[in-house]
Amino acid sequence: MNATHDPMRLPNGPGAAAILSAGTGSGALGVFALASDASPVVRHAFTIWPPSGDLSGVTLAAIVVWLVAWFGLSRLWTARDVGLVRVNVAAFAMLIVGLLLTFPPFMDLLQGK
Amino acid sequence: MEISFRDLITVLHGMGFGALFMLAFSGAIGVIYATAVGGAQWVVPHRTTIMFRFYLISMAALAWLAVLSGAYIIYPWYRAVPPAGTTDLSLYPRQLLLSSPLTAGWHVIGMEWKEHIAWFTPIAMTMVAYVFIKYGPQLALHRHMRNAVLGFTAVAFFATAVAGGFGAFLNKYAPVRGGHEIVLFEQH
Repeated sequence: MNATHDPMRLPNGPGAAAILSAGTGSGALGVFALASDASPVVRHAFTIWPPSGDLSGVTLAAIVVWLVAWFGLSRLWTARDVGLVRVNVAAFAMLIVGLLLTFPPFMDLLQGK
Repeated sequence: MEISFRDLITVLHGMGFGALFMLAFSGAIGVIYATAVGGAQWVVPHRTTIMFRFYLISMAALAWLAVLSGAYIIYPWYRAVPPAGTTDLSLYPRQLLLSSPLTAGWHVIGMEWKEHIAWFTPIAMTMVAYVFIKYGPQLALHRHMRNAVLGFTAVAFFATAVAGGFGAFLNKYAPVRGGHEIVLFEQH
């Protein structure tokens, strides 16, 4: 964690919280999509609005994870400077995981289909 | 000249929200980059700052409208299950695509990817709008934050391009049709 002494400069914590939580929500979207595709029980649990099927639950759960992560990290980092390189690496790693897990051929590969 | 209600909503989803969002992308990249390289000392007129904020908030709002209309209005029409014995599947796009091995891939890969990947965009653009509003020209002092914002914007562009591209093809092979007809123009 780096301290800053420039009174004009805003701490990077709130921005880092937004970035990391966006990555977390994206990763969660991929994990939930894969779980729903792989397990009929999970698919049934995610079907909270039948006309849209499990998509309704998968996306709602990912949004909840994203917003809860954002709220928590914002409170934690509101007036702090954090290591943004590490935050970016973690956020983009989760974003890439999310992107891969929502790509149907990759989903099928993981499930041995 | 008529259009069905479902066609109209699909056009609003794809062209009204999705395509308008795509058109706004180059502007978003320009706004973020120009603000960041201008630096914290860059004096931006208040009205310009408000316009930049409105621009990015509008993009995030368009992204949310696109995914919500897609998932909760159009997708149920797309995945509707036909009654047993139905031979004309034109009102059941998912079943129509799956009825032939030549078109099944448009659902198995196209729709199944589109329905999920589109959701990365509103999440990313909400974050981008928040960071821009919070930091504005100070993004120049936070190089890594600016890079993350531009990276997420690029991923949002990719996600929208995939969703929009497959949406256009799906609408070509198995359009969502039905509902009452709306007369747009009457020729006498």
